[in-house]
Amino acid sequence: MFIIKAIEFIGTVFKDPIEETGRILLLFYSTIKWLFRPPFELKNTTKQMVEIGINSLPVVLITAVFTGMVLALQSYTGFKRFGAESLVGSVVALSMTRELGPVLTALIVTGRAGAAMAAELGTMRVTEQIEALETLATNPVKYLVVPRFISGTIMLPCLAVIADIIGIIGGYFVTVIVFGTSPNLYMKMTWDHLEMNDIYHGLIKAGVFGAILSLISCYKGFYTKGGAEGVGKATTGAVVISSMAILISDYFLSAWLFK
Amino acid sequence: MNTLINIEDVHKSFGSNYVLRGANLKIIKGESVVILGGSGSGKSVLLKHIIGLLMPDKGTVTVAGSDLSKLDENDLNELRKKFGMLFQAAALFDSMSVWENVGFGLKRHTKFSDKEIKEIAVEKLRHVGLTGIEDRMPSDLSGGMRKRVGLARAIAMEPEILLYDEPTTGLDPIMADAINDLIIEMREKLKITSVAITHDIKSAYKIADRIAMLYNGEIIETGSPDNIRNTLNPIVKQFVEGSAVGPIVIEGLKR
Ligand SMILES: Nc1ncnc2c1ncn2[C@@H]1O[C@H](COP(=O)(O)OP(=O)(O)OP(=O)(O)O)[C@@H](O)[C@H]1O
Ligand SMILES: [Mg+2]
Repeated sequence: MFIIKAIEFIGTVFKDPIEETGRILLLFYSTIKWLFRPPFELKNTTKQMVEIGINSLPVVLITAVFTGMVLALQSYTGFKRFGAESLVGSVVALSMTRELGPVLTALIVTGRAGAAMAAELGTMRVTEQIEALETLATNPVKYLVVPRFISGTIMLPCLAVIADIIGIIGGYFVTVIVFGTSPNLYMKMTWDHLEMNDIYHGLIKAGVFGAILSLISCYKGFYTKGGAEGVGKATTGAVVISSMAILISDYFLSAWLFK
Repeated sequence: MNTLINIEDVHKSFGSNYVLRGANLKIIKGESVVILGGSGSGKSVLLKHIIGLLMPDKGTVTVAGSDLSKLDENDLNELRKKFGMLFQAAALFDSMSVWENVGFGLKRHTKFSDKEIKEIAVEKLRHVGLTGIEDRMPSDLSGGMRKRVGLARAIAMEPEILLYDEPTTGLDPIMADAINDLIIEMREKLKITSVAITHDIKSAYKIADRIAMLYNGEIIETGSPDNIRNTLNPIVKQFVEGSAVGPIVIEGLKR
């Protein structure tokens, strides 16, 4: 009896997440299916590329430069205790390329573009615009989700590269200008311990995060129910679930890529 | 007789809300049918079944011989190109200007250039009594204007079947009558089959070849406007006479 009760309880706790995961996978499946079917939605895709890539640039830049700066600041003052200040360049470069560049970019794009996707598609759902697309013989997954998915997957690595570089420059600024380390040492330490694979793998992660956040945000918007309140919930849900999915998948991707 | 749309024993519920309970309706090619029914009785739901936006839980909807629930995505899209639909709240794409809304189907399914599409859009807008607004955004329009832009979008592809969800609601009486004339003209000149939902009995009498009454999830009566006007069915009689007293009870309202 107790076991049945316990299973029932576990069932009620996990029913929604499991159901939702299933529906996200279904949307993923139809996104992939429509991805390769011409005609391609060039206009929508370009618009989303600009929205996700170009328009996110200012926030990504500011975040990256300060992240690089604080990394340098913390590691410089910390490492000084055991005389390892010279390693700051390596710490900043490795942390930015392998981890913080991709992850912070993804989290910021989620907050900006992911929220916007969920709100826009959610509004289109509750005002019947998605149904109107269907009556005009236009598949809404192809017209709305695929362009966002492509743009997210392509633009995230681009943004992450920029974040990597800007972060390293931020670290340079603090180490060299504020603490007076020699510029040559910083750059040498940056390059000596950084492998091309660190950068590539970081960018692969960024691409996966882009796919995850655009898919989840579109999913939340696409299946919005219940008016303005529903749109609000979809938007919050998109940001929360995407962020969690990014951080969780980050662990597994890192474990797999950086063996 | 040439049945174009056949709704057979359609049941539909949303959760515990049992909306359609075995609705039956045959629509003949070229005729104009008006569906009457109380607010919340499922008229919009029924209309959405005709174009496959909603699929019945039980029963079938057949259009031009094909059962909608058996069509694959491509065939359904091909079939939908025969349709034009006006949504109750217009459902304009708010990221596009008025003419892009009207020309959306043309842009996607024809080879016309943008310039030609815009010309056609302006022409269709003129049909519904709108001029000089083609470059505005939908959010800048009044409710009645949005409705008419939605109507222009529905007729832009010159469809064979038009579905109107309350085409005249929210319009002033003169404009409403002009839209009624437009609907009649579409039917007479272009031989369009149309299904319209309305609360407006006067316009129903004017535009309908046949009127169907939806009540409790079923079509309880169909007939010509004259038949409906002189109906013996007390429910239909109460509805067309617009009286709060009669067999239709409004829950929560005391009298
Ligand atoms: N997508 C949906 N999900 C859940 N319930 C729905 C949905 N669409 C309609 N309903 C419910 O179905 C019932 C009928 O709705 P419908 O919109 O068809 O009414 P209607 O006859 O068009 O009313 P009105 O004249 O006010 O437009 C309502 O109770 C509504 O809440
Ligand atoms: Mg309705």
